[in-house]
Amino acid sequence: MKFDTIIIGGGLSGLVCGIRLQKAGRKCAIVSAGQSAMHFSSGTFDLLGRLPDGTPVDDPIEAISKLDGGHPYSILGADSVEKYAAEAEDFFAGCGIKVSGNAHKNTWRVTPTGERKPSWLTISDFTPLEAKDSAIGSKALIVNILGYLDFNTRFLADSFERQGTSCRIESIKLDEMERLRKNPSEMRATNIARVMDRDGVWEKAAAKVKEKLQGEDVLVLPAVFGLKDASVVEKMREAIGVRTMFIATMPPSVPGIRSQLTLRAEFEKAGGRFFLGDTVVDADYNEDGTVKSIGTVNFGDIRLYADDFVLASGSFFSKGLIATPEKVCEPVFGADLTIAEGRDNWFDRNFWKRQNYISFGATVSSSLNVSVEGREIANLYAIGSLVGGCNALYEGCGGGVAIITAMKAADVILEK
Amino acid sequence: MNMQEKNISENNFEQCIKCTVCTVYCPVVPVNPLYPGPKQAGPDGERLRLKKGLFFDDTLKYCLNCKRCEVACPSGVRIGDIIQAARIKYGSGSPKLRDMILANTDFMGSVATVAAPVVNATLGLKPVKAVMDGVLKVDKRRTFPKYTSKKFESWYKGIASSQDSFGKHVSYFHGCYVNYNYPQLGKDVITVMNALGYGVHLLENEKCCGTALISNGMIDQAKRNAEHNIGSLRKSVQEKKMPVIGASSSCMFTIRDEYPHLLGVDNKDVRDSFELATRFIYRLIEDGKAKLVFKKDYKANVAYHTPCHMERLGWSIFSTELIRIIPGVTLTVLDSNCCGIAGTYGFKKENYEVSQAIGKPLFDQIGRIAPDYVACDCETCKWQIEMSTGVTVKNPISILAEALDLEATAAANR
Repeated sequence: MKFDTIIIGGGLSGLVCGIRLQKAGRKCAIVSAGQSAMHFSSGTFDLLGRLPDGTPVDDPIEAISKLDGGHPYSILGADSVEKYAAEAEDFFAGCGIKVSGNAHKNTWRVTPTGERKPSWLTISDFTPLEAKDSAIGSKALIVNILGYLDFNTRFLADSFERQGTSCRIESIKLDEMERLRKNPSEMRATNIARVMDRDGVWEKAAAKVKEKLQGEDVLVLPAVFGLKDASVVEKMREAIGVRTMFIATMPPSVPGIRSQLTLRAEFEKAGGRFFLGDTVVDADYNEDGTVKSIGTVNFGDIRLYADDFVLASGSFFSKGLIATPEKVCEPVFGADLTIAEGRDNWFDRNFWKRQNYISFGATVSSSLNVSVEGREIANLYAIGSLVGGCNALYEGCGGGVAIITAMKAADVILEK
Repeated sequence: MNMQEKNISENNFEQCIKCTVCTVYCPVVPVNPLYPGPKQAGPDGERLRLKKGLFFDDTLKYCLNCKRCEVACPSGVRIGDIIQAARIKYGSGSPKLRDMILANTDFMGSVATVAAPVVNATLGLKPVKAVMDGVLKVDKRRTFPKYTSKKFESWYKGIASSQDSFGKHVSYFHGCYVNYNYPQLGKDVITVMNALGYGVHLLENEKCCGTALISNGMIDQAKRNAEHNIGSLRKSVQEKKMPVIGASSSCMFTIRDEYPHLLGVDNKDVRDSFELATRFIYRLIEDGKAKLVFKKDYKANVAYHTPCHMERLGWSIFSTELIRIIPGVTLTVLDSNCCGIAGTYGFKKENYEVSQAIGKPLFDQIGRIAPDYVACDCETCKWQIEMSTGVTVKNPISILAEALDLEATAAANR
């Protein structure tokens, strides 16, 4: 089966790259071994939250000059990062996902446990805070759905109270939700959203929430609305009337899954082919050393051919990288990796400290080409969290690296 | 470190990192609160069952075995297999009379085809449906697939000798549905393959693939069938050098994947030579070994439904690409949702409502698109969609048989 470009990995990075190529008229396929980390999305995409030495970042673009040369942003250059970052809002709007943010000024998101993390683009469900210590209001009402355990109201109240907001916690009971409550292990964000999204149910939820208000100026709700369609979230806001902040829940993430489904649908609507639940097992090469085709578990002896191949297979979680006690490798092509010297430097025994293994990944050129055994492969690119040289967790740069490398790789392929 | 490397358990159980992605894609969870969900029923429950079998939970029977959890899993855990294997290992042995009747598609088919007109008429009668509903707990709202009065195998005997005259040959695993209910699909397979220059032969004494036997807990019988069928596949592939094709996605999936994973029947030596006809034909076209010539005036607005086991096989692309090359066809690929029937599951009285609720998003989408017909590689999905939407469902091979200019195709492949 022949395509112009084949992308390995169907998460944020693979989809952004695929959509950009497909909309430019290229015939693309995405092979994805299972669903992506978008299912645990916090509802925001970060660009750069702190430098490797721990210094907090306020202006991500300006801070790029302080990163070392091996960081993906340094490899692409600050100008390039700024250019793609500026395009991101419109790109997502074109796919039907409303996000907003400023690459020169970080805002802050509230995590499910009440922490504050720097962020760049915020999905319209959520309300970004101006500063790390911004108060969300003077009086807040935090409302949970009875029986739902993945929304930690007490943690949230504690954190809001630290900024001087007085908090009250309530819960609402909906008859429609009682059936779901029979099964505590499945009282999850997505299943709640399926019930909430029905006409009549969210209206009832909005009315019950309103009844609980006692003059509070801000209302805090779990992000369990709009699994397929974001408009339910806006309708809830309107129906309640009081300023409402939705807070990301523990996984699965309703806005994250909605975004993933929306991006996939956009890719397929543009004519792309998405092969879910299939794993790439090997590759073969042309005489000039470029990649000729890949083989997958489901396609068997039927090879997948393309002019260009993009590795968007992610890091350890999605098996884009495989670790054994002795080594770390990229399983499809055996791509050259950037890895810390000496196994003792892979990790810190203190779980909460920076873990160096998170920064392991493919070594890439300025056009994101991958090399194998020191030889650069002209039609193979790496994007997203597979790219090495940055610690997405510590630096808070995973979203930006995924989106910006994806756009860049697509442009490199289009300009060929 | 050594322990870490040797800690490999069945069905990639140890790879589960508790990420919850599987729970998002289970079609049962949103409609049946009695089902604990794939994570709890699968890897989470397995942790306990490995300690003591008494932790086995009878509600695992609500699993449809659709495998959508496995397609979604980013860690390669065979969640559906873990659940089905637990039912086999710990489930309460003997199935009910009703389950034995529903599961024995071969036996029931043989009996029913003898008196097909009477059986078909009887199964449609209100009092009979009432008795089946009350006594056997087979839901009275369900429409039964009609039995044929002449089995496909009997029909084939009349044309068997004509198949030897072709230059190339394949064997065909037709399955119970073609044999007892809908021989036309089998005839379409032969029509299309003949036009491509292939003679079509039956396997030696084909037995039911066992999909329904497995889901109804009749494992010994399923194993016997599996061993027999793999023996027949070996004869065809290794002795006669004939690859084997099929046109029913669930039979295909069961023989390729459930035999080794659930029944412990090894099929490594023949697995790659057994595939869906659409995949076989797609390869021929891609390799330049076959040419399709279509009727000039064929026009249809088609919607393709991806059956669950097709989703797991990852092969719907071959069926959809073949349909797409038919000039005059516009194809919409429907959102990949379970239709809710899951073989014999939806026939059971206790599952009827859940079954229809699972299928609702699919039925609604078909209603909105209002296609001329739905294309689908699975028979039970066909019953369910036809019963629930009134729209005709056709196998992609039947669509090819309809759309091909058979004479011109035969001439082009001579």
